[in-house]
Amino acid sequence: MSRQKKPLPAAPHKSHHASTLSQLREGEQGVLDRLELSLDEAQRMMELGFVPGARVTAARSAPGGDPRVYRVDGSEIAMRRETAACLKLRRPMSVRTAP
Amino acid sequence: MSDCHGCSASSTVTLPDPAGLSEKSLRLVAIVGPPNCGKSTLFNRLTGLRQKVANFPGVTVEQRTGTVRFDDGREVRLVDLPGTYSLSTRTEDEQVTHDVLLGRRDDVPRPDAVLLILDSTNLERQLLLAAPVLAQGLPTLVVLNMADDLRRRHGSVDLEALSRQLGAPIALVSAARGEGLEAVREFLSGKAAPPAQTLIELPIITDVPKCRMWARQVGSGANYRAPAPPLWTRRLDAAFLHPVWGPLIFLGVVLAVFQSVFAAAVPLTDAVRALVDRSGGAVAAWLPEGVLRSLLIEGVWGGVGSVIVFLPQILVLFLFIGVLEDSGYLARAALIADRTMAKVGLQGKSFIPLISAYACAVPAIMATRTIENKRDRTATILIAPFMTCSARLPVYALLIAAFIPERALAGPLLGTRAATLLGLYVLGFLAAVATARLLKSSILKSHRTPFVLEMPPYRWPTLRSLGLRLYDRSKVFLRRAGTVILGVAIVLWILAHVPLHDGKVPRIEDSVAGTIGRMVEPLIRPLGFNWKIGIGLMTSLAAREVIVGTLGTIYGMEGNPQNLNLQSAIQKDLTTGGAIALMVFFAFAMQCMSTLAVVRRETGSWKWPALQFAYMTTLAYVGAFLAYHIFS
Repeated sequence: MSRQKKPLPAAPHKSHHASTLSQLREGEQGVLDRLELSLDEAQRMMELGFVPGARVTAARSAPGGDPRVYRVDGSEIAMRRETAACLKLRRPMSVRTAP
Repeated sequence: MSDCHGCSASSTVTLPDPAGLSEKSLRLVAIVGPPNCGKSTLFNRLTGLRQKVANFPGVTVEQRTGTVRFDDGREVRLVDLPGTYSLSTRTEDEQVTHDVLLGRRDDVPRPDAVLLILDSTNLERQLLLAAPVLAQGLPTLVVLNMADDLRRRHGSVDLEALSRQLGAPIALVSAARGEGLEAVREFLSGKAAPPAQTLIELPIITDVPKCRMWARQVGSGANYRAPAPPLWTRRLDAAFLHPVWGPLIFLGVVLAVFQSVFAAAVPLTDAVRALVDRSGGAVAAWLPEGVLRSLLIEGVWGGVGSVIVFLPQILVLFLFIGVLEDSGYLARAALIADRTMAKVGLQGKSFIPLISAYACAVPAIMATRTIENKRDRTATILIAPFMTCSARLPVYALLIAAFIPERALAGPLLGTRAATLLGLYVLGFLAAVATARLLKSSILKSHRTPFVLEMPPYRWPTLRSLGLRLYDRSKVFLRRAGTVILGVAIVLWILAHVPLHDGKVPRIEDSVAGTIGRMVEPLIRPLGFNWKIGIGLMTSLAAREVIVGTLGTIYGMEGNPQNLNLQSAIQKDLTTGGAIALMVFFAFAMQCMSTLAVVRRETGSWKWPALQFAYMTTLAYVGAFLAYHIFS
């Protein structure tokens, strides 16, 4: 389906301000630190790829910015802002550059 | 493996003696994998069956068994299971997979081998499921699907290395294109060995981060190179999820569909109508005057024929739903709808069954199994029949064609007829949403449940898949015409011909059918309906479109049997206000036995279908009453 003519989506850039997933703006990336969710919900999010240490990029959203699609581990997962706010990011200094 | 408590993950798997293996042939093989990785597509390829497939997670919600036949006459039964991210289950569909795999169901014995299907374009995450499945100790073939996509996007994996890592044979296939299936058939034919020990010890599966690390190790051990991101998916999302263009594109597509139900389907509808009329005329000319001719022309051609002419319009609608489901757009629609759904207490996931209900409420109600919260699920089941199912389409199409003059509202884009149809669809949707709100703020109140949904990459709907959908739909439609509608037509024809007066057929008004119709007439008179419509309302309790056949039979008996023009006949019996009232009645009323039966099965009690029936009938009556008085 894709022939790489021009790389349309800009390479994700690190966020310097966000402390939760919900604070990432479109195109920004952060590294997941912990999930402040009930055990059951956390397990489910981890199964979808949101494990601590995972690089998460904010992508498109529904009109109004909520829910938003996040790219993690090769897939795209949509969630509401209230859930994204429970996924905490590592402080920016510990973010390593993307390969 | 007698007493295997699968989930507690024995970390090692004993290696059986390879020599004794070829003797054991497989009988039942389960297809397991994460959602939307192509399990049902593979199942269909191997068994030749036509289980529903589409491009969004959660299409398959119950197990389905099929048979794979080999050249030497041997057979293996294959069971297709709902997708699951892990073996710790949260939804009813995942529970099915868990129970079948562990042999905890009465209707399916424990499978003696597994086809573990994984999407090769996202291997490392999908490998998460490999740990608990391999821990079951069953002979397992790991099938990496979507090989074509992996290739095209320049990803790669060393199959032999992966096989060594997992201790199981690997097949790289494209189920959609039918590539690489020989290896799968060879495995099924019983020459395969149970899983050997994995190189990296299986993790404790409840520890997801450990599992993820394990998956990554396996992936890198197999030199897995993830494919480039799906650029087209991102480009399309840039349009479809654009804050301004997204909703506008959606609106444009919807208008195009409603317009084409009337405009584009016309030549086909005319052709079918001509065929029905001409064959009816030929039968009438060929048979001598008498009971048989009357039954065939009035009952069969008048009843069944007048429903069949609506097939092309239904197919146009199904084509649209097919494109929506197969392309991957449906998941985006759920995303966009989530905010609206949240306002009435539901969430975006409820939106997917509701869209399916535009085709038919029965599979839609089954599809609610993917909803985690039980109260949300019940609410979605209760509102699904408000969505305008395809059985309402013949009723709407007939009444709109007869009573709404066609005028252009927005050039060639939208005419009055398409707008009326759209209005009826919106009316049904609003009733669904308002009812959800009512339920979620009263008897089905619950905590907000998180909306989490995987967005599949966009895929081209294949002509084959769309063609099969239309073909299957035509079969269902014609089968119904040949059974329910034909049956009702014959019974009605008989009831309209008795009791005989001095050996003569009575006037319809005086027949048994007419008497029953006139008995209910006082009840429906306030809605603008006469006794003929009353008969139609009663027969349509079996299935909505039966009313069209019933009116066809009644008018066929009254008028010239050579001319089955239902539209001009019905204009004599209804005012425009009455016609609108009738459409509103159909928008709200619960006239479908199959739906009531499936609601009973999925909710486990008669309480819900009874409530649903009473509520919807009341709403239909009040709505029709108001519509009649407003539009008269």
